[in-house]
Amino acid sequence: MSDADGLGRRGFGRRAVAAGSGIRRARLSRLLIGTTRTLISLAITFLGLLLITFIIGRVVPIDPVLAIVGERASQAQIEEVREQLGLNEPLMTQFAYYIWDVLHGDFGKSLMTAKPVIDDIGRFFPATLELATLATLVGVFLGVPGGVIAAVNQGRWPDQVIRVVGLFGYSMPVFWLGLMGLLIFYGELGWVGGPGRLDATYELMYEYDVPTVTGAVLIDSALAGAWDIFRNALSHVILPSLVLGYFSMAYISRMTRSFMLEQLGQEYITTARVKGAPEWRVVWVHALGNVLIPLITVIALSYASLLEGSVLTETVFAWPGLGLYITNALFSADMNAVLGGTVVVGLVFISLNLLSDLLYRVVDPRAR
Amino acid sequence: MMSLTRLALAGCAALALGATAVQAETPADTLVIADKIDDIVSIDPAESFEFSGNDMLNNVYDTLVELDPSNLGPLVPGLAESWSVSEDGKTYTFKMRDGATFHSGNPVTAEDAAWSLQRAVKLNKTPAFILTQFGFTPENVDEVVTADGDTLTITVDKPYAPSFFYSALTAVVASVVDKQVALEHEADGDFGYEWLKTNTAGSGAYSLRAWKPNENYVLEANDNYWRGAPTMKRVFVRHVPEPATQRLLLERGDIDIARKLTPVDIEGVRGNPDININDELRGRIMYVALNQTREPLNNPKVVEAIKHLIDYDGMANSFLKGNYVVHQAFLPQGFLGAIDDKPYSLDVEKAKALLEEAGVGDIEIKIFVRNDQDRLEMAQSFQNTLAQAGIKAELRTGTGKEVLGEYRSRNHDIYLGAWGPDYSDPHTNADTFAKNPDNSPEAQLTGVLAWRNAYPAAAETPMTNAAVLERDTEKRRAMYEEIQRIHQANSPFAPMFQLIEQVASRNNVDGFNAGGSIHSAFYWPVTKN
Repeated sequence: MSDADGLGRRGFGRRAVAAGSGIRRARLSRLLIGTTRTLISLAITFLGLLLITFIIGRVVPIDPVLAIVGERASQAQIEEVREQLGLNEPLMTQFAYYIWDVLHGDFGKSLMTAKPVIDDIGRFFPATLELATLATLVGVFLGVPGGVIAAVNQGRWPDQVIRVVGLFGYSMPVFWLGLMGLLIFYGELGWVGGPGRLDATYELMYEYDVPTVTGAVLIDSALAGAWDIFRNALSHVILPSLVLGYFSMAYISRMTRSFMLEQLGQEYITTARVKGAPEWRVVWVHALGNVLIPLITVIALSYASLLEGSVLTETVFAWPGLGLYITNALFSADMNAVLGGTVVVGLVFISLNLLSDLLYRVVDPRAR
Repeated sequence: MMSLTRLALAGCAALALGATAVQAETPADTLVIADKIDDIVSIDPAESFEFSGNDMLNNVYDTLVELDPSNLGPLVPGLAESWSVSEDGKTYTFKMRDGATFHSGNPVTAEDAAWSLQRAVKLNKTPAFILTQFGFTPENVDEVVTADGDTLTITVDKPYAPSFFYSALTAVVASVVDKQVALEHEADGDFGYEWLKTNTAGSGAYSLRAWKPNENYVLEANDNYWRGAPTMKRVFVRHVPEPATQRLLLERGDIDIARKLTPVDIEGVRGNPDININDELRGRIMYVALNQTREPLNNPKVVEAIKHLIDYDGMANSFLKGNYVVHQAFLPQGFLGAIDDKPYSLDVEKAKALLEEAGVGDIEIKIFVRNDQDRLEMAQSFQNTLAQAGIKAELRTGTGKEVLGEYRSRNHDIYLGAWGPDYSDPHTNADTFAKNPDNSPEAQLTGVLAWRNAYPAAAETPMTNAAVLERDTEKRRAMYEEIQRIHQANSPFAPMFQLIEQVASRNNVDGFNAGGSIHSAFYWPVTKN
């Protein structure tokens, strides 16, 4: 493409200019076709995702009506609610109604919370987003250098140490690790804030004084200039994000190590060394530069899985996140909430995919 | 850019100052409670029927007649100042309290009270039966519940024991709602139901400032409360699902009260001088029930044998220690007429002999139980003791709703679960354990425990019907005692334990009451020093 373009500019006069604009048009239309195709495939993906979730949700032997009416309800009351919820309709009709409402921006109300699903997710997703983002930062900043160091020192003690630390992170139940962390750093030492997103004092200040903009406490309190709330929120998010970050670190460092080992055995590395490039440059620029592309995929995947929410971490840290919300919704057969959550998780995966595509282009000249 | 830099700087500072950022104290004028509150599905008093929702509403709404937290049992005036019942025992007259106002500032009138009861009956949500059992229907309720000036008149269909009627009026479903505010939010003739599901319009000691489901709620003191403004200006209830986490919060002083500690956690904090532990006997009964449509569980000898194959004391003294006491009657301690007889104990030899007599051969059954630690442990113990007498039991576990669905449609063999009373009168449990108006499968009385287990309760049903009409309290007490003894001997139900709630609080907290065995929590008497 760029060759043809260059050729055009180099010297065939008017005809070439005309050809050039033709190429631009062709490129534009190809871009349009590409975008349309992407959009259509996205729509189909989403529809499929929702349909499967919907069917699974209806096949599960849990009666959503019982979740609302409770233990004492009479049969007549149950029938009435079933009718109200449209559960007597055929499955596909129910699904069509749901999609129709969603297309009109209505995700329905949650049965568990009696509030619109959009409101619920607007509350739970930012909490998860905060935690997952910090955890991923921890994972990347510890995991990537760890992996590189392990690869360079393959088989020697730094490699062993990093492997053992990683293995520990992999095999410890997050529940246990979280509780131990709380016990030591909150209970005994008082270095960090406890479970929940804020202390009661600050939670009330947040409730009364800070306008909700994004739903993320760190961002909202910073925007409002409420730095004491911000500090308190940070002291609360540190521990859970370290615990979650430890797991993604273990994963990222293992992957970095194996990617690096693969690259370090390549001929261009030998060439670079022969040409006298300093060792740090060989490792951190030449080799790591080529590892970045697969690594971005690994990091994006690990970030995405954190954004689904982590039920156990959220339980231990009383963190009002998406994982607990969706899990509770599933157990109460609260389909609106489950489907709403599914849409969010789907969006997360799709946007992270797009983002990593974009990053490929930045780091890899060949992909440009 | 500038603000980004500031953000980063603040972040670093906070990391460095992490230790000082932690403030282990709750505000002096705020009560902070950690509880599990994800059971709240609606906060409309006409619909709310779960523990946490009722705890909230008990402090946000008032009822005509109320319970005194300092002496649970006798009824005290609520929004009604005084009341009386006619000679024929069917017409009740309530005189409204003067000067009480709703959170909106509107005065509380007899009209509000009448409308609230009519509303609950017409909406006909799950708890409506507490009112409709007195003969109210959506059609007649406007005539039988009427307001005139400061007087509310209610006519019931039979001359019930007055204490039965008054007790039912202490239930959340009988809360007095601000008619004007509710109607301002009415949509499609729903009496404000959609709005009241997530908002409140009461006259209680606290108003609801914010409710974030599965996260927390904040109550604000009502300075114009007719009992006088409560000492705690705010009540902040946080959803903390993990007991070990609640314990840490309490030990650090980040909360004032922890309501869901396990016996292990309780033992752990017992020596702590900063923490008080208060045992409160609650109304929840844990029981085992045998489906009488299943062979050979409908053989009386098998029923009796199984009642002797439960290790009541063993469980209560080991993993349930401190959390449950052995209790073998369907009325919890604290209710009028509750008996404390314990005729059953683990006796494998006796059970074997009974099974031999029954001549039913090998028994293989399923125990239906929900996925919940206490219940699973009980079910496992039960499974072991059944095995000692040669009964092969398999655990069939699931989520609460899943297991409940099977139970309601008589699909279980044995069910192991809980029952909690709905109001402070013995009829609440007698009505479901010891009364079965129609045992046929077509009757579909799925809300009635006796029906679910296909127990006709032939002897108990007429006695239960008679007991609600007995106006002499001592005679009524004796009737319930007798019903329980018959039920204990013949029914396919084996009540096992009654719940003890172990409320752990910081030692500067006074006056908290979880509601005992008959009611919900009271926040307004709490003080801190």
